[in-house]
Amino acid sequence: MHNSIINIHDLRKIYQMGDVRVEALAGVSFTIQQGEFVAIMGPSGSGKSTLMNLIGCLDSPTSGDYDLDGEAVATLSGDDLAQVRARKLGFVFQQYNLLARQTALRNVEMPLVYRGIPAAERHQRATTALNIVGMGPRMHHRPKELSGGQQQRVAIARALVGSPTVLLADEPTGALDTRTSAEIMDILQRLNREQRLTIILVTHESDIAAYAGRTLLMRDGLLIEDRRTA
Amino acid sequence: MTTQALPAAPTAQTERPDAAPAALLPPLEHDGRSTDLWEIVRIAFDSLLANKMRSLLTMLGIIIGVGSVVALLALGTGASNAITGEIEAIGTNVLTVSPGSPDSRGPGQSSEPAQTLTLKDAEAIADLPLPFAAVAPSFQSSAQVVAPAADASATIVGVTPDYAVANTLTVSEGAFITENHVSGASNIVVLGATLAEDLFGSGQVIGQTVRIEGQSLRVIGVLAEEGGSAFGSVDDYAIVPITLAQQRLFGARTPDGNDYRVSSIAIVAEDSSDLEAIESRITILLRDRHQLDQDGSEDDFNFFNQAEVLDTLTTVTSLITAFLGAVAGISLLVGGIGIMNIMLVSVTERTREIGLRKAVGARGRDILFQFVVESLALSLTGGLIGVAVGVSIAVIVTLTGLITASIDIGAILIALGFALMVGLFFGIYPAQQAARLDPIEALRHE
Repeated sequence: MHNSIINIHDLRKIYQMGDVRVEALAGVSFTIQQGEFVAIMGPSGSGKSTLMNLIGCLDSPTSGDYDLDGEAVATLSGDDLAQVRARKLGFVFQQYNLLARQTALRNVEMPLVYRGIPAAERHQRATTALNIVGMGPRMHHRPKELSGGQQQRVAIARALVGSPTVLLADEPTGALDTRTSAEIMDILQRLNREQRLTIILVTHESDIAAYAGRTLLMRDGLLIEDRRTA
Repeated sequence: MTTQALPAAPTAQTERPDAAPAALLPPLEHDGRSTDLWEIVRIAFDSLLANKMRSLLTMLGIIIGVGSVVALLALGTGASNAITGEIEAIGTNVLTVSPGSPDSRGPGQSSEPAQTLTLKDAEAIADLPLPFAAVAPSFQSSAQVVAPAADASATIVGVTPDYAVANTLTVSEGAFITENHVSGASNIVVLGATLAEDLFGSGQVIGQTVRIEGQSLRVIGVLAEEGGSAFGSVDDYAIVPITLAQQRLFGARTPDGNDYRVSSIAIVAEDSSDLEAIESRITILLRDRHQLDQDGSEDDFNFFNQAEVLDTLTTVTSLITAFLGAVAGISLLVGGIGIMNIMLVSVTERTREIGLRKAVGARGRDILFQFVVESLALSLTGGLIGVAVGVSIAVIVTLTGLITASIDIGAILIALGFALMVGLFFGIYPAQQAARLDPIEALRHE
């Protein structure tokens, strides 16, 4: 099991809304190996966002097991989950979520602040991460001076800066045009191939999912298809 | 965006998304190091500076609160010092007996309400075996003082040599009244500094003659200038031997013809702690001499004690100061509510930022700390500006000469500390709201 980065078994998430019990995740099991590029697809309401939040340690499951990089995280909560996110995960969001008043460099440095990394090392790592995504020359620009694709690249650098075990991308091209989407997906693919970075991508576009080597299809809170494309 | 094909140089200084990756990021050690707090402090100040106008307006309540505490306390203490200083200049070991019952008590030196205190009373008091430094009866009235070139209306005080001791007077020219002048009821006068100048200008005063109530008096001395006082100034007095005043100027003989009325008797104790004992001993003496015990009448004299007045005034001024301080403290509280209000707005506005920070690994306490620091920064900065404003007000008022403000470092530190506490108290609730946000919900927030 050395190479198994994510090991999920019978994961369930039930929301109680007044009298209504919503089973957003009705028992999902799968394993993701180190270095895989996985796309999670499914219509809205299929449970893919819930699954992503659980994989991303932003939420705790109602029941089931989740091992992330050898650590059982299903029963953790609050600040313990925050620690896991800081050490093992990198997030890329649809809306980039950059801090508008900070430069690209400071945005990328930000996650390291919460890990107590000294300023010089923060600066050096953030610069490297920005260079990896080709944003080195623009590191002193603020988000509003950057295009959408450039902002998303800064966001990818921010996700990379802490050397995460898994990079999670939630509709990373949802706000971008086709050409820019392709550029972003190229970067992700390159990171996966050249740095063997494990990437999990949520999307509802099949041409975006095609960049991944494996697609998990969700419907009604269940995993209905696990297809390897490469 | 360039499409030019680059040589396979290892430089990643290009915007091409498919550029060769730069050096791999080495894995980070997971040694559980805690958050870089200084960076969080910097983040807090950054966000305050990003909203300068809002931050300033939010601080205004604290600025006004701290500024008024500092200014009011400085001015209150200054006023209180001025009053006590004046009284202490008169002397706190002085007990003054005046005619009239204690019901009509007052610091007035009017001889009109009663005619019950006499020169022989004063002599009897002086004969008591008590630790007196001086017993100074005086007779006071007012009259026109006529000099060859000018005249002036003045307070005429008939005194004994002890009057100079009781009122800590010194002469700048000539001499004060002596025992010989008193026993001889000599036609001499000592003028207050202002009165002397009014009458003679800058010319020769000693040896000149003035007329009071038809009597010609030779000026033998001029008092050193004393300055203003809440109780009238000796600078405007004409001082004569008490016998002269009683016998020839104003006619103060008692109805039985054997004695002379006095306006007051100032008794100077060697030590102010003896005043109470002296007062009760003199009460017994005077009641006996005035035969009040036979028919159980009230005292026909009353005491005026500088130390008591000082006590009362000190109590009053410190009460007023405390009251002003409390009012200013209320404005500090209101300022704190302003901070809480704006911090709650800020938390709502920055929900996504909070969600993001939590998603990348900020713990609840990191977020709590960030917002508490923001609110403390608001209150501390406001407090420091407030101190500057308060001190400026105190200095400006001092420059106008109205009150000499006394700026107390302790009061400034207390006001600053109070402002910080207000910032902490009103900052914690919004910060907790921020720290408790669910990262998923917060990231979804529009």
